[in-house]
Amino acid sequence: MTAGILGWKSVIRVTEGRAVPPPGKWQSATVVQIRRETAKAKTFRMELAEASDYLAGQHYVLRLTAPDGYTASRSYSVASAPDGSNEIELTVEHLPEGEVSSFLHDEVIVGDELEVRGPIGGWFVWRGNGPALLLGGGSGVVPLMAMLRLADRIGRPDLARLIVSTRSPEDLYYAAELTRLQAKVLYTRRTPAGWLRPAGRLTTADLPTPIGAETTVFVCGSSGFSDTTTELLLSAGVANENIRVERFGPTQ
Amino acid sequence: MKPTRGFHGRGNRGPRLPPGQYDVGRDWPVLTAEPTPTLSTATWIFSVGGLVEQPMEWTWDGIRALPDSTYAGDIHCVTTWSKLGVSFRGVSVDTLLAAARPLVSASHVLATSHTGYTTNLPLEDVTAGKAWVVWEYEGEPLAREHGGPARLLVPHLYFWKSAKWVSGLQVMDHDEPGFWEQNGYHDRGDPWLEERYQGD
Repeated sequence: MTAGILGWKSVIRVTEGRAVPPPGKWQSATVVQIRRETAKAKTFRMELAEASDYLAGQHYVLRLTAPDGYTASRSYSVASAPDGSNEIELTVEHLPEGEVSSFLHDEVIVGDELEVRGPIGGWFVWRGNGPALLLGGGSGVVPLMAMLRLADRIGRPDLARLIVSTRSPEDLYYAAELTRLQAKVLYTRRTPAGWLRPAGRLTTADLPTPIGAETTVFVCGSSGFSDTTTELLLSAGVANENIRVERFGPTQ
Repeated sequence: MKPTRGFHGRGNRGPRLPPGQYDVGRDWPVLTAEPTPTLSTATWIFSVGGLVEQPMEWTWDGIRALPDSTYAGDIHCVTTWSKLGVSFRGVSVDTLLAAARPLVSASHVLATSHTGYTTNLPLEDVTAGKAWVVWEYEGEPLAREHGGPARLLVPHLYFWKSAKWVSGLQVMDHDEPGFWEQNGYHDRGDPWLEERYQGD
């Protein structure tokens, strides 16, 4: 019944029935470690009351409650690879006007108890069972990092290739680990000294060739990054049904 | 739930915000799962099919020739932002369904998009002035990233129900989960009841 778009296969065909189980109920999460990634980003490692069997790429909702019952909730992607433990890592960018991110950055200390719910999302996930090209802009690297770490954990680093676009060396998350896991880093504004690639946005020349028809491409970043990158992929011949997008809108 | 240590909350506690939502202000976040399509209004079609007496198809000019209808109010996204005081213009889904005449057995619709996106809705949530197909936002053509040229608008439910790039409604006699509903989200999605995920 739908007219459809010429040459555009239905991306969103999914499976019969439900692709993922429903997320669990709200549960307590104790902060066990806080690591600074950049001047504006911290990673919060949390121990959940109940074991969580999440997929790389999924997110949790984190909820804060005020004494008068007011709550504020935001979604944060998991950065750690699933390892069967009760622990997850969320990397949170500090948005100056962000009610939740400001609280997490300015107030939360190890030992604090927060509330989380998840895991959520059955589309932007990688199960470690096929080649994946991961393209992240800025803080959009977070769910892709879970995928890259999963590839490393299962001993298949060949399956996942990560390209990260970031403004400057000071803005790069997980810098040492990205080097170890052979991710490709693009700087859009300023590069480290002696960097071969000049500063600039992602272009077709930065993409691997060829991108195989069996490769799933995961794109995560701002709206602008996502649009630009998907246009590049489509013009490079990647089929739209092989592209999965998660946009980090300007939510605070 | 017990209070979070040190958190007092400075957000809007006004009565227009459903539980767990915050006021996004002037922003309008874009959240989609797939590449943004470019649709030509020259070939654009909107159809109503399934359990109806008269399957219908409208072209771009055809649908815009129908009596127009506006929505002014608030919208709520499951990712916890709400946007207050917005306006859209288009056509009421009542007008579209009246032309197609759903059978008495009809109970649900599956909204479809030109991209293949789907979302399911009870018939009663898209009738009696509760749903629109819209092509204008604040008096301007609806932007591509927000679903232009036209999207579904069901503002009393979480906004993933308001399918971008909408292509039609399939009238059904049962509920069938759409895209996000298969991916863990609620079948109905009432923000005032916080029907966010399956099982809520």
